[in-house]
Amino acid sequence: MSDSVELLRSMLRVRRFEERCVELYSQTKIRGFLHVYIGEEAVATGVMSELEPDDAVVATYREHGHALLKGMSARKVMAEMYGKVTGCSRGRGGSMHLFDKEHGFYGGNAIVGGGFPTAVGLALADKMLDRDRVTVCFFGEGAMAEGEWHESMNLAQLWNLPVFFVCENNLYAMGTALSRSESETNLAIKASAYEMPAWTVDGMDVVAVADAARRAVDAIRAGGGPHFLEARTYRFRAHSMFDPELYRDKEEVRTWRERDPIDLLREALDLDDETLQQMEDEIAAEVEDAVAYAEESSDEDVADLMRFVYSPDSTAAGRI
Amino acid sequence: MATITYREAVRQAIRTAMKDDERVFMMGEDIGAYGGCFGVSMGLFEEFGPERIRDTPLSESAFVGAGIGAALGGMRPIVEIMTVNFSLLALDQIVNTAASLSHMSGGQFNVPVVIRMTTGAGRQLAAQHSHSFDGWYAHIPGIRVVAPATVADAFGMLKTALADPDPVLFFEHGALYNSTGELPEAAGPLDIDKAAIRRAGQDITLITYGGTLPTTLAAAEELSGRGVDAEVIDLRTLRPLDDATFVNSVRRTHRAVVVDEGWRSGSISAEISARITEQAFYELDAPIGRVCSKEVPTPYARHMEQAAIPSAEDVVRAAEAAMRGES
Repeated sequence: MSDSVELLRSMLRVRRFEERCVELYSQTKIRGFLHVYIGEEAVATGVMSELEPDDAVVATYREHGHALLKGMSARKVMAEMYGKVTGCSRGRGGSMHLFDKEHGFYGGNAIVGGGFPTAVGLALADKMLDRDRVTVCFFGEGAMAEGEWHESMNLAQLWNLPVFFVCENNLYAMGTALSRSESETNLAIKASAYEMPAWTVDGMDVVAVADAARRAVDAIRAGGGPHFLEARTYRFRAHSMFDPELYRDKEEVRTWRERDPIDLLREALDLDDETLQQMEDEIAAEVEDAVAYAEESSDEDVADLMRFVYSPDSTAAGRI
Repeated sequence: MATITYREAVRQAIRTAMKDDERVFMMGEDIGAYGGCFGVSMGLFEEFGPERIRDTPLSESAFVGAGIGAALGGMRPIVEIMTVNFSLLALDQIVNTAASLSHMSGGQFNVPVVIRMTTGAGRQLAAQHSHSFDGWYAHIPGIRVVAPATVADAFGMLKTALADPDPVLFFEHGALYNSTGELPEAAGPLDIDKAAIRRAGQDITLITYGGTLPTTLAAAEELSGRGVDAEVIDLRTLRPLDDATFVNSVRRTHRAVVVDEGWRSGSISAEISARITEQAFYELDAPIGRVCSKEVPTPYARHMEQAAIPSAEDVVRAAEAAMRGES
């Protein structure tokens, strides 16, 4: 059973980290694409709270929160955003390609749907090696229109693999509304066509997400094969820093903001101001420490540009 | 020493690798109960069972990507894509995941997967089943591209590919499966970094790989009868390229013709030609010749298909032009 105060702390940590990222983007400290998870934190927070440290996660390009929640340090994630050599991917990946082998975090994938087969393969290896591990594959509802979703759902169910498919349905594939991209908008029904247990949860209620995730993860660990969960959520901010949001009206955003997952839990917990302030202070200290670390870190030496195209011990290393 | 077919050599490499290493398994379309579209895996399903000789649905992107994922998870997968033509359906996984992951993750993740596929034309299978994208894949950093042309290489290069820490694309030309050669009892892994001189010669260097090696060797024999002593180089690996072997050969012969079943524009033959001019321009006594497939979707009718792909006569003609200092 997850500690609700810890769930609040986790969501707040992701929120404050990303709010700082947006500021840093405006200050041109962070470049490239930046997709923030603000508004959707309850989904990854609830799901991750039910995982064991050894479990694997495959995420999307909107994955800062997932990385932090999987145990990656704010320092390594922030330094990656800065493109510094101390970043989790040595500054080669940036915001969309966060990786951490030690924490079983397999990215960060900027191709919509590209992570599905990876998750299936990780789970296949676990099954063949008789490892007790669950692989969680996060994706947006837009990815369910990709062929790879169908192929991977079929393969996972056919081979009874320990994968947990978590759909973060924020209603828009970039700017295309669900009803304009899916013939069947009931996504759990769509998933159940693969004979896979599938259901829907309120993605703004972190406790409900955690409960649903526990049910799925327990079943998967017990050999029950893949499961699918749709979490209905909403992205409060623009798709990326380049998005003028022409496709949705402000009233819709305002309505959803009334169901901010952090506010909902904060109200339900009714913590005293001192406790809340202490939580905010601790998170702010961690975020500022990460920013300072990224600021002070070095750039990678350009002489290392060709490193890791092939493995260092490969005879192909450094050759073209 | 046993005389076996190229097909049997590939199968033997898979079988011995699976016996030696529990982590090795194979997946692909119809590789199990059917025995493989080209019969490569015949008998392996019975020998190793459905867990390790794993039939997949028709979903190239998912099972190639699952091979990548399984490699990340500690396995040593061999993924068979029935033919290179269908690999286009898995291109995203090959390029955006397999080839990119190591560099993109700052060296944290390597992907030891071998992706085998049949390649090439010549069997009247028409436009959608006759592609030669071996050289096209060689454009991509992060993968190895190998194209064995002999029985010994089919066995030994596959063994080496399976020990490679990074993704290897393994191209088997369909016309080679029934070719025969000798495989020593104690055959083991073979180097996949160096090109091989298949025929030594003094007058001109003919550079090729894979399915056009027999074509080129036949042309060299014909040229020999016409007083031209051709050296034939088998590239074996298209990425990374072993420049030294072909450039050194050209430094001796001062003439070169590249033979490649791929289309000519933007091809591996263009890359080889460029590297020769970059590294040995002043050694050349003639323009570098190229014999490639005609730039048309491969036709079905036999005479039309044969006119579209490199023949020994085409190679002889190009070599004789080079001997005259013409292109």
